[in-house]
Amino acid sequence: MVHYAATRLVSLALSLIAASLVIFAVVEVIPGDPAAYMLGLNASPEAVEALRRDLGLTGGLVERYLSWAGGMLRGDFGTSYTYRVPVAELVVQRLGVSLPLALYALALSTLIALPIGMLAAARRGRAVDYGIMGVTQLGIAVPNFWFAMLLVVLLAITWQVFPAGGFPGWDAGVGPALRALTLPAVALALPQASILARVMRSALIDTLGQDYIRTARAKGLSEGQAIRNHGVRNALIPVLTIIGLQFSFLLAGAIIIEKVFFLPGLGLLIFQGITQRDLVVVESVVMLLVFAVIVVTFLVDLAYAAVDPRLRHGR
Amino acid sequence: MRVPVQLVLGAALFALFLGAALLSLVWTPFPVTDLDIAAKLAPPGGGHLLGTDHLGRDMLSMLMAGARTSIAVALVAVGIGILLGVPLGLAAAARRGSLLDEVIMRGNDLIFAFPSLVIAILITAVFGPSALNAILAIGIFNIPVFARVARGAALTVWPREFILAARVAGKGAALISAEHILPNIANLLVVQGTIQFSMGVLAEAGLSYVGLGAQPPTPSWGRMLADAQTFFYGYPRLAILPGLCIVLTVLGLNLMGDGLRDLLDPRLRRNVR
Repeated sequence: MVHYAATRLVSLALSLIAASLVIFAVVEVIPGDPAAYMLGLNASPEAVEALRRDLGLTGGLVERYLSWAGGMLRGDFGTSYTYRVPVAELVVQRLGVSLPLALYALALSTLIALPIGMLAAARRGRAVDYGIMGVTQLGIAVPNFWFAMLLVVLLAITWQVFPAGGFPGWDAGVGPALRALTLPAVALALPQASILARVMRSALIDTLGQDYIRTARAKGLSEGQAIRNHGVRNALIPVLTIIGLQFSFLLAGAIIIEKVFFLPGLGLLIFQGITQRDLVVVESVVMLLVFAVIVVTFLVDLAYAAVDPRLRHGR
Repeated sequence: MRVPVQLVLGAALFALFLGAALLSLVWTPFPVTDLDIAAKLAPPGGGHLLGTDHLGRDMLSMLMAGARTSIAVALVAVGIGILLGVPLGLAAAARRGSLLDEVIMRGNDLIFAFPSLVIAILITAVFGPSALNAILAIGIFNIPVFARVARGAALTVWPREFILAARVAGKGAALISAEHILPNIANLLVVQGTIQFSMGVLAEAGLSYVGLGAQPPTPSWGRMLADAQTFFYGYPRLAILPGLCIVLTVLGLNLMGDGLRDLLDPRLRRNVR
């Protein structure tokens, strides 16, 4: 296990370095230089020169990359040009919205999808199964931002159960904050739950065909007991992977949903960064999202190996 | 061989939108760039079959042209994925375990680590928003998907006898990959292509909704939704119609993909049921 974790850790570090190089390169290929790009056409040469110094654009390519990457390792993401505050500060503040939103959606999706998937598998080939497969097929096809708009009109405008947008902040108390995040989380969760329910169903059907399930039935367990005690545990392995992958989709998907609900999260930050040509913000938030995805994938790999000893030895 | 119901249903749905998209190349009820402020927010019926939007543009014409944008973006993005991803996957399989294989697969992992939306944002932040950049962003994400599918499928074909025969006949790895491996994995690539196509339609809608896709005056379903947001309560049809178009197109493609998989790969069907 230690050896496995160590090799995965090395590949994690390599992925992070590669990702940072890619992001750095993309920002570097901007025609002209970032300082001129950020200030626009009417900037005076002196202002551009001053910003170049601020951004640390004066050194060579390698020097600049090392100072950017080194800064991030120390938690210094640079200073936002438009906000005049450290990007790390902005990001932490916005993560306070995006992260709970993604986790909320993940919890909803998992809680809804797993029982539904199990039900479909247990009743495979019958009306319940066909119904669930039909509904999830539809759920995958619905764009989450459109579903969000429908939710707003129904539950926020017509019945006024939930706020239509905005975020009161965690200072306003957990209740109102969660209420503001409920519709966005539901909208985010719908397609993910549909996918997860289908994965759960086929994983469980796969395991139900295994010999040990027949043995469990032969020793006198009922169908339900055999599914619960032996089927579900084994089916959870592929399901865990998907849940891990979904978390990164949810974080990225939150970018669009935040725009529907005007939530001050990472998504809004990134769009403001784009419109205000604040490359420092865009670069850092993109790196942060990629970092989150890579780390979550790494954790899923580890969880995977912990659950299934076969994976630790010779893959 | 029995043709799966999903395939027929899905193909019919998709054909409807593909037809509308193709028709919009030569004819739409009204020109899509035609603003008629006097007739803005006209109800369905009358001169405009599905009514007009907040600028007096004909909804039906916009939806038809939107289908064109959606399908074109997704199609080219899938094309990028197949043209670049499949050769990479075939090369990796032909040299399994080599440095080349390792480099290709790790490179794929790297692209996977970038959520496609984040790639799109990075690209647009640097090059400005446009349909072309949306295609690039979605297409880049398709490369590792096809590389992975091609590699995995090719690895199961390589040990077969007819490949051995081809090698004995003196064919090189590249020729074998093109002449013998590719036809044998085409099934899987078609199925994956359908799935990526549907994801491309969804991604294009999302990108243009946030303003990173096709720019005005090019109509797109995603931007129609963004435009409709302020009028949604009073004029729900403005948002419901483009949304339904997206859902039905994606649904059609997904059903087609499922049906094709059942039709082309009976082994898979037996495992699942």
